[in-house]
Amino acid sequence: MNLSALIRRPETGSLISLIAVILFYVVFGGVDLVKLMGAASWLNLAANLGIVALPLGLLMIAGEIDISIGAMIPAGSMTVAILSGHYGLPIEIGILGALALGLCVGLVNGVIATRTTVPTLIITLGTLMAVQGIILSSAMLLTGNASVSITPPDWAKTALGLMIAGKYQVVIWWWLGLAAIFFWVLHVSPVGNWIYAMGGDQTSARNAGIPTNRLKIALFMLSSTAAAFVGICGAIQFNSAQVSGGMGYIFNAVCSVVVGGVLLTGGFGSIPGIFLGTITFAIVSQGIYFTQIDRNWANLIIGITLLLAVAMNEYFRKLALSAGTRKKGGKA
Amino acid sequence: MTAPILELRGVNKSFGPIDVLFDISLTVRAGEVLCLLGDNGAGKSTLIKILSGVYQPTSGQILMDGQPTSFPNPRAASDKGIATVHQFGGTFPLMSIGRSFFVGVEPARGWGPFKRYDRKTANAVAVKAVRDFGITRIDDGDRLVGGLSGGERQSLAIARAVHFGARVLILDEPTAALGVKQATHVLRIVNEAKRRGLAVVFITHQVMHAMAVGDHFAVLIRGAVAADFKKGEKTREEITDLMAGGASMSSLEAEIEGYMASHGGHPPPPAH
Ligand SMILES: Nc1ncnc2c1ncn2[C@@H]1O[C@H](COP(=O)(O)OP(=O)(O)OP(=O)(O)O)[C@@H](O)[C@H]1O
Ligand SMILES: [Mg+2]
Repeated sequence: MNLSALIRRPETGSLISLIAVILFYVVFGGVDLVKLMGAASWLNLAANLGIVALPLGLLMIAGEIDISIGAMIPAGSMTVAILSGHYGLPIEIGILGALALGLCVGLVNGVIATRTTVPTLIITLGTLMAVQGIILSSAMLLTGNASVSITPPDWAKTALGLMIAGKYQVVIWWWLGLAAIFFWVLHVSPVGNWIYAMGGDQTSARNAGIPTNRLKIALFMLSSTAAAFVGICGAIQFNSAQVSGGMGYIFNAVCSVVVGGVLLTGGFGSIPGIFLGTITFAIVSQGIYFTQIDRNWANLIIGITLLLAVAMNEYFRKLALSAGTRKKGGKA
Repeated sequence: MTAPILELRGVNKSFGPIDVLFDISLTVRAGEVLCLLGDNGAGKSTLIKILSGVYQPTSGQILMDGQPTSFPNPRAASDKGIATVHQFGGTFPLMSIGRSFFVGVEPARGWGPFKRYDRKTANAVAVKAVRDFGITRIDDGDRLVGGLSGGERQSLAIARAVHFGARVLILDEPTAALGVKQATHVLRIVNEAKRRGLAVVFITHQVMHAMAVGDHFAVLIRGAVAADFKKGEKTREEITDLMAGGASMSSLEAEIEGYMASHGGHPPPPAH
């Protein structure tokens, strides 16, 4: 691989951000690198965040956004807890119910997005509020409580809520597996090309014969179902579900995806980039606890990282556009 | 005589309350170039979007090989061998040349859900197609389209349509962004496509380009076919007037030329 091929990769910038962040903590925070790398805290955060960030990243590459994930996470928790905890239905029903709710909300987002020209930020802001309302009122109506407990059977606990070695959440494996699948979809399968084309120029993509509407709906269904899945895992791990929470995921996931080199206006980005962006975000926000830096500075560091990463990604994108224009060195 | 490849019969198109096309009847024959002419906003692009499945007619009939047909979406039209270069867009700035060339028709290896996008083939075919087009500066299919010049991008879009257009090639102002050499090349491509038996629909605002390749001309004025004639049936001046929507452009043109001849090549000052 030569230099221009490297520069063209959307993840080059995010790799540099990650290294810079780690260096910053090691040099200025006096962090023990080995300890930091093996820490469960950021890995657990990255895994939960990453499961949402992957499909959100695909949506953003396709030129759309979904902030209703912020409500879908507690909605997923609550659904499984109400069905299997409060009503004592088998856990399978609870899990399927929560995933089905995710599919439905995604379908609604997708259908509205394809039928109207309202920006998806606004559409999903609407469904974010709506889902919150539904979850809060159904929790209160059905259980009389904003917090519902659940005692999942062993297999569910093992598959979705296990603590490996007492500290690593089993969702880390789910995250890695999903990252591999998403990598396949975006970078290996032909469908990946459709997603890039749709984000690059939706009209031209449709004119080239790509079923843009179906693709958009599918991507929305993917992101809200992934959010519901994270909610399910949380409920099963902690044996309870709360109506609140999840809002932080919106900003954290968008931040991870953008740090990962995805262009907010669509058409550019990669799964390795989103993956590295998620890790960067998780290390910035959890790594601060390993430093002597007062942890109240964490958000400042996140903000600066975000801005620097975006500036760097912008720079690399410009380089990528001109890469190969002048011929120097060998063949690509 | 064989049935025309494509035929429109009494096609109307409205966008809500806005009527854009009125009672259009046209034929597109194999081995023939149909030049669609007309002023800005006459409805040329709307007409070819009906032929390429982007829009559906509000009423009227589309026939292919003499059989009534419909193109519910662009894929349906391209599956029937109709390839279109639309007036705007058609390429994707942040995608590689190879990926952009094959959007929607990606070459793949493997089967079912395990199909893999074949980057090598895509890049090789795309680079060859663009180089055959005279853009010899391009030799790397991984380069991003956004790094190409406007004309190179347009050449890429045309090369793509030529590559995939099995029966009908529709070009909406293909020469608009092109240099003299590339524009000439497009005209040559059109003639070559015609020789191979394709039907070509060609939209242009340049009389010379139209006259160089057209066998058959249709002039749209405010959404209706105002004239439909064969090569040699009208003079350049008459065509120019029709293209300007019926205004007497050729006399104005002659006036300007006359002024320039008598004023040492300077154009007349703008009217106030
Ligand atoms: N989607 C649409 N909705 C409403 N009106 C439209 C739409 N598309 C086109 N029109 C109208 O139809 C008319 C014809 O447009 P069209 O793009 O077909 O013109 P054209 O002949 O291609 O012009 P040009 O030479 O400038 O490309 C214009 O008045 C335009 O405003
Ligand atoms: Mg037009």
